[in-house]
Amino acid sequence: MSTINWYKYASPASFYGLAGKMIPGFAALSGILFIVGLYIGFFVAPTDAQQGEAYRIIFIHVPAAWMSMFIYVIMAIYAGIGLAFNTRLSSMMAQALAPTGALFCSIALFTGAFWGKPMWGAWWVWDARLTSQLILFFLYIGFISLQAAIDDPKRSDRAGALIALVGVVNVPIIYFSVKWWNTLHQGASINLTRAPSMAHTMLAGMLIMALACWMYAIAVTLYRVRLVILERERHSTWVAQLLKDMK
Amino acid sequence: MNWENVSQFLHMGGYGFYVWGSFGLSFALLALELLLLSVRRRTLLKRLGQIQRLNTP
Repeated sequence: MSTINWYKYASPASFYGLAGKMIPGFAALSGILFIVGLYIGFFVAPTDAQQGEAYRIIFIHVPAAWMSMFIYVIMAIYAGIGLAFNTRLSSMMAQALAPTGALFCSIALFTGAFWGKPMWGAWWVWDARLTSQLILFFLYIGFISLQAAIDDPKRSDRAGALIALVGVVNVPIIYFSVKWWNTLHQGASINLTRAPSMAHTMLAGMLIMALACWMYAIAVTLYRVRLVILERERHSTWVAQLLKDMK
Repeated sequence: MNWENVSQFLHMGGYGFYVWGSFGLSFALLALELLLLSVRRRTLLKRLGQIQRLNTP
C-alpha cells in the first residue's frame, strides 16, 4: 500500500500545483449545481401560501448567509493555525478566503433588503439578526484592509489572525440572534414546517444552491490562493522556474 | 410547472423587481469577482515576467 505524504502539500510550492488541478472540477460542479438549484427554485418549488413568489429570494439569500458564516469560521481557523504554528500556507488560505466571504456577506445583506422591502415594508431595520450580519461584513472588510495596510507578510498575517479570531464570537451571535432577541427576521425553519409537500422541494432547492455556493467558493479560493502564493513567493527559485516554463 | 408564459415568469406575481433584483445582482457580483481575479492573474504574471527579464543578464 502506498501512502500519500500529506505534509508535502503544506508547502506552497506543491500546493500551487495541486490547487491548479482541483479548480476545474469544483468549477464544473458549481456550474451544474447552480443550474439544477435554480431550476428547482423557479420551476419545481411551488408558490408560497403567505409570501407569494417573493419567497423565492430564499434560494440565494439563505445559501449566501450560510456561506458568509462558514467562510468566516474557516478563515479564522486557518488564520489561527497560521498564528499558532507559523505555517505560511494557512495564512495564505485565510487571505484567499476573505474576499469571497465578504462577497457572500454582501449578497446576504442586499438580498435581505430586497426581501424585506415587500414583506416588512422596509429595506433595512436595526434588528439583532441584520445588525450582527452587518458587523460580520465590517469584520471581513477590517480583516482585508488591515492585511492590505501592512507590508510585511508575517506581521500582516498576525494582525489579520487577531481580528479574525476575535470576530469569530460574532458568528454564534448571528446564528442565535433570532432566538435570543425578539427580531423581525423570521426563525430558521419557519417555512419548512408548514406544508410537507412544499418543504421537500424548497429544502432541496435551498440545499443544492448552498452546495453550488460551496463549490464556487472552493474553486475561487483555490484560484486566489494560487495568486497569493505567486505574489508572496515571487523571489523563490520555483516561481522563477515556473515563469520560465510558461513561456 | 409554475408559469404559463414568459411574462408571468418575469412578473413573479408582482415581486419581479425584488426577485430578479436579488438574483441578478448576486450573479453579477459573482461574475465580477471572477473577472477581477482573471485580471489580477494577468497583471501579476506580466509583472513577474518583467522582473524576471530584468534579473536575467
